[in-house]
Amino acid sequence: MRKMRMNQAVATALADEMRSNPDVVMFGEDIAVAEGPFKTSAGLLKEFGPSRVRDTPISEMGFLGAAVGAASTGLRPVVEIMFIEFIGVALDQLVTEAAKFHYLSRGTVSVPLTVRGSIGAGLGFGCQHSQTLESWMYSTPGLKLAVASGAGNAYGLLRAAIRDDNPVVFLEPRALYAKREPVQTGEDAIIPLGRAATVREGSDVTMVAMGAMVPAALAAAEGAPWSAEVIDLQTLVPYDKEALLQSVSKTGRLVTVEENPLTGGWGGEITAFVTSELFGDLQAPPVRITCPDIHVPYGRELEQRYLPGPDYIARQVGSLLETGTRPPHWWETREVVA
Amino acid sequence: MSGAGVSLDRRLRLQSGRAGRYEAMCEIRAFEDRVQAMFFEGTVHGTTHTCQGQEAVSVGIAAAARPTDTVTCTYRGHGHALALGMHPVTVLGEIMGRRDGSVGGVGGSMHLCDTSIGLLPTFAIVGAGIPVAAGAALTAQVKGTDDAAIAIFGDGASNIGAFHEGLNLAAIWNLPAVFVCENNQYGEYSAIHLTTPVENIADRAASYGIPGQVVDGQDVDVVASAVGEALERARAGHGPSLLEMKTYRYAGHSRADTAPYRPEGEFDRWYERDPINTYRTRLIEEGALTAEEAGEVEARVARRVVEAEATAAAGDPATVDDMFRNIYAP
Ligand SMILES: Cc1ncc(C[n+]2csc(CCOP(=O)(O)OP(=O)(O)O)c2C)c(N)n1
Ligand SMILES: [Mg+2]
Repeated sequence: MRKMRMNQAVATALADEMRSNPDVVMFGEDIAVAEGPFKTSAGLLKEFGPSRVRDTPISEMGFLGAAVGAASTGLRPVVEIMFIEFIGVALDQLVTEAAKFHYLSRGTVSVPLTVRGSIGAGLGFGCQHSQTLESWMYSTPGLKLAVASGAGNAYGLLRAAIRDDNPVVFLEPRALYAKREPVQTGEDAIIPLGRAATVREGSDVTMVAMGAMVPAALAAAEGAPWSAEVIDLQTLVPYDKEALLQSVSKTGRLVTVEENPLTGGWGGEITAFVTSELFGDLQAPPVRITCPDIHVPYGRELEQRYLPGPDYIARQVGSLLETGTRPPHWWETREVVA
Repeated sequence: MSGAGVSLDRRLRLQSGRAGRYEAMCEIRAFEDRVQAMFFEGTVHGTTHTCQGQEAVSVGIAAAARPTDTVTCTYRGHGHALALGMHPVTVLGEIMGRRDGSVGGVGGSMHLCDTSIGLLPTFAIVGAGIPVAAGAALTAQVKGTDDAAIAIFGDGASNIGAFHEGLNLAAIWNLPAVFVCENNQYGEYSAIHLTTPVENIADRAASYGIPGQVVDGQDVDVVASAVGEALERARAGHGPSLLEMKTYRYAGHSRADTAPYRPEGEFDRWYERDPINTYRTRLIEEGALTAEEAGEVEARVARRVVEAEATAAAGDPATVDDMFRNIYAP
C-alpha cells in the first residue's frame, strides 16, 4: 500500500473514477489550472483535458446548479466547494432541487452528483471558514452524506460517492489533507456508502466518530485503562445501524464524538436511535462529546479548546466509565471570568 | 485603542489635505508588508489577505465617505479599516488574537469591525457584503438621513449572484448606495478575463439601469472624487452607482500564494504606476510636499507599525470566556 496525503488520495480517487467513466466531469474554483487550493485535483487537467476538468467563476449557485443539470441529463459531475460554508449561496440547488428530482420525476430522473467540500476547524481560518456544517445536510431526504477521516478512507468513499446515482455530499476535513496514511487503491478499495468501519475493537464502550474526530477518538482510546471500540461512521446518510447496534450490544455504552455544536449535531440522532433500540442493554447513559454552541474562535489556543481533543475525550469517557453518569461538558463547569 | 475618538481623529487627517492621504497610503503599505512577514515568520497562524498596490482605493474611499456612511468590505480589509480610521494596533491586535483587537481577537485577519467609522463586520464570503450595503442604504432612505452605504468588493465577486441581486435591488429601490469594485485583476489564482466575459465590470451597471464608471484606482485623488460624486448623487436621492477601480494586488491572493500564475512583466508594468510612488512624485512636483517631508512621513509610519506590533503583542490574548460572548444580543 502506498502512503499518501489525504489530498493526494482525493486526487487519485478522482483520477481513477475519471478513467473508469468518461461521464465523470469536474468543476470548481481554481481546480483545473491551479489544481485546487488544497491540491486535491493535481494532474487532472493534464490527463483529462479542459472539457472534463473546468475552472469556474466565483459562482457556486451557477456551477452547482449546472452540475445538477448535467447530472440529470447524462454526466456524472463532481463539484468542489472550496470551504463548505460557500455552499450557503448554492444551497437551493442541492437541497431543494437535486435532492428532490428523483421524487419529482416519478423516479425517471436521477442526479448522480458529488459535491466535495473541505470542512473543519483547527487551522486558524476564523468562524466563516471553519465549520463542518454536517448538521445542515443530514436531515435532507434524498441527499447522502459521507465524511472522510483520513487518506485511508477518502479514496474509497469518494469513489463510491461518484458511482452513486444520488446527490452525495462528500466532506473532507481540511486539517487532515497533509496527513500521510497508507492507502489501498483500485476497485477493491471502494467503500460502499452506508457502511461504518470498526477502526478499533474494544469491550467497555463504543465510541462513534466521523471525520477529524476519528483520529482524535483513536488517540483518546490508545493507552486508556478502559477498552474502547471506535466506530468510524464514514457515511452519515444513510448510517450503518447494524454496526452501531452490534457494537453497543457488546459494550453497553455509547459515546458520540463530533465536530459540531452540541445542539442539532448528528450525535443526537445516533444516540436516540441506539437508546430506543437498546434501552434495556445500556449500562450507562449515552454521552455526546461535541463543541460548544458557539462560533469557531480564531486564536490557536482557543480553537484547540473549542475542538474535542484526545485528552478531553479520554477524560469524558473515563469519567463515564468510572461514575456511570454523564460527565458535564467542559463549558458547563467553566468558571466565568469577566 | 479601538475607541471611537482615536478612529475619528485618524479619519480626519484625510480631510486635511493631500499629505494626509499620502501618509495613509504609506501606512497601509508598511502595515501590510509587516503582516505578510509575520505570517511567513509564523508569528501568527491562519490566513491573511493583504492589499499592497491597492492603497489608493482604500484611502480615496475613506477620504470621500463620512463616518456615518456604512461600509461593507471583504477579508482583504486591513487597508480599508486603516483608511477609515481604525488604529493599526486594533487591526494587528485582531490578527494576533488579542482582546484589544477589532472584534476582541476571536475573529482574525478576515474579520474587522468598527461601527464608529461605519465599518460593518467584514465579509469572508465573496459577494456577501453587496446586498448588505443595499440594506444599510435602505436604512438611510427609510429614516430620511442623507447618509449612504458603500460596498467594496473584488472583480471576482461580480460573478456571484449576490452582486447582481444586490445591484438590481438597490436600483429598483433607488437606494443611496455606491458599489465599488476593486478590480485587482485576479480572483484567487485566476486572471479576471478567464472567468468574466466583459472587459469592464463597470459595464454591468447597464443591466441595472444605473451609472457605471471605470476609475483609475491607482490615483487616490481620482478615486476620492469619483466616490465623492457617486455619494453626492446617492445622498441627493438619485440612486446607486457602480464604480470599477482598476488596480493591482502585489502580493499573492492569501498567505499561502506566491502568485506563480502572474505573466512575466505584469507586476513591473503595474509597479511603474505604483499609487504611492506616483503620488509622492506628484506632490513634490506640485510643491505640496517636500522630499524631506515625504521621507518623514515614511519614517513615521514605519515607526507606527513597529510600535503597533509591540503594543498589540503585549496585549492580552482573547480568553476562553471571550469565545462565549456575543453569540446572541442580550
Ligand atoms: C462564496 C465564496 N466562494 C469562494 C470563496 C473563496 N474565495 C475567497 S477570496 C476569493 C477570490 C475573490 O476574488 P475577488 O472578488 O476578485 O477579490 P480579491 O480577493 O481579489 O480582493 C475566493 C474565490 C469565498 N470566500 N466565498
Ligand atoms: Mg480580485
